[in-house]
Amino acid sequence: MAAQSAIEQREPTAPARTPAPAARRPGRTGGGLLRFVQHTWRPAAVLAAIFVVWWAVTAAGLVKPYLVPSPGTTLDVVLAQIGYFAHHTWITTYETIFGFAIAIVVGVLSAVVMVYSPTVEKSLYPLLLFAQVIPKIAIAPLFIVWLGFGLTPKVVVAVLMAFFPIVISTVTGLKSIDPEMLQLSATMGAGPGQTFRKIRFPAALPHLFAGLKVAATMAVTGAVVGEFVGANEGLGYVILQANGNLDTPTLFAGLLIMSLLGVVLFVVVELLEYFVLPWHASRRTDAATTSL
Amino acid sequence: MTVGNTTTQRPADATATGAAVEIDQVAVRFRTKKKDVTALRDVSLRIEPGEFVSIVGASGCGKSTLLKLVSGLLRPSSGQVRLHGEDVRGPRRDIGYVFQRAALLEWRTARKNILLQAEMRRLPKAQVRQRVDELIEMTGLTGFEDAYPNELSGGMQQRVALCRALLHRPPVLLMDEPFGALDALTREQMNVELRRIWRETGTTVLLVTHSIAEAVYLANRVIVMTPRPGTVAEVIDVDLPVERDYGKTMSEPEFARATGRIRDLLGATTTAE
Repeated sequence: MAAQSAIEQREPTAPARTPAPAARRPGRTGGGLLRFVQHTWRPAAVLAAIFVVWWAVTAAGLVKPYLVPSPGTTLDVVLAQIGYFAHHTWITTYETIFGFAIAIVVGVLSAVVMVYSPTVEKSLYPLLLFAQVIPKIAIAPLFIVWLGFGLTPKVVVAVLMAFFPIVISTVTGLKSIDPEMLQLSATMGAGPGQTFRKIRFPAALPHLFAGLKVAATMAVTGAVVGEFVGANEGLGYVILQANGNLDTPTLFAGLLIMSLLGVVLFVVVELLEYFVLPWHASRRTDAATTSL
Repeated sequence: MTVGNTTTQRPADATATGAAVEIDQVAVRFRTKKKDVTALRDVSLRIEPGEFVSIVGASGCGKSTLLKLVSGLLRPSSGQVRLHGEDVRGPRRDIGYVFQRAALLEWRTARKNILLQAEMRRLPKAQVRQRVDELIEMTGLTGFEDAYPNELSGGMQQRVALCRALLHRPPVLLMDEPFGALDALTREQMNVELRRIWRETGTTVLLVTHSIAEAVYLANRVIVMTPRPGTVAEVIDVDLPVERDYGKTMSEPEFARATGRIRDLLGATTTAE
């Protein structure tokens, strides 16, 4: 893969055949955490700045409080009804994670099948695309009719939203394998199972994780869309209720918690990637993309 | 097969014909959308056990195709390929293959990349461990066992690939431009080392290369191929001593004769086109 560039980078140190005991990977010890903090403080500062602006605008009375509540009011609302918010946040989190998990299993499995069987790929791709392009907000009411008022339709919408990026990224990853690696595997007498476990799947993981990051945020959206259409709990329900009552502080609180949920899930996937793929190229550069 | 045999490194040549590799009237044709392409035609070769044979020729003349035929990764359209007297019908396990790119797994250390060969073949661990240490020492990788591929230079990466290809003591080693991506200096170094490793292991080697000097320095025989459709233009015996000092060999009259002849052949065939 990066053989050429690696040669250029490393060649000067090569002929001197000295052992390199210090050449350990970064990111496995405390140094990794330090780097994480280094990469995190800038986005954190930007977020803080946005809050300051929000606070300044409301404190100066530039907008009416019933249109944009101050950060303080919003926080007060949350603290005053902490049990209420905790419950509804938990419901949405549950739907999101459940949907995300199902999307991972189904997405990865169908990607594997599609890569190994061109026939299945050709027949499944149009169906996949159809499932992706159909507006979820439009199809969600149907799920309510079919699956009732409970959590199931929300989970289904979350799966539908998160499924597509996972399939696409896994298919791309599995197909990007260096053909020479597969030939090498054949000369080693490896069966298809061995080749998949030891070469093809690990090589596809960077692609898979890229898809998982997109899918994580989609799953939250999916769960909330499901709640919008018909629910009596969850953050989507909270927002709809608050909207109906012109209760902007609660509306803002719901929005913030919902965004936070997506961000947390995204960061969890990033951290997971960081520990599962310490070898991956994007982790080697200092411009690592810890995106919070 | 000599897999796991620790006493002798010479391949057993108790087959009917005795040859390590036999290629008999082989042709390879690919069918593309627009036309049929003949990559190889009428190739016949016989390579004895323990020989070092280089293959040179213009780009696209089917040199790599020849190696794929021997390894069984590709079936000939006509003709026969035999490895130790056995017909090659599918991917062969009794070979070692080294590609131009090291083709290492990025998530494995040098040692674990070498061990991939053992894992795929399900070789007993205890026996393999000693063999890996041997190879690491022989190829000069000592101290780099636990480095990841991205921490290794191109030359070091190829050393790892070579160790991986030699782990199971293959009677035949196929090398497809293994040093093509290296700088000139590292390449010379690797040539000297490959020559030494070949003498230590006694493996039959087929080396595809673009470098005429490399081909002559390393080999007992050099096969010169014509442009596509490739066939054998001439087989040149390299009459150099077994002990080959790199600098000295370069100034030998025999070296000049062999490289000169190859240049003539390759030059003549390209101008004839």
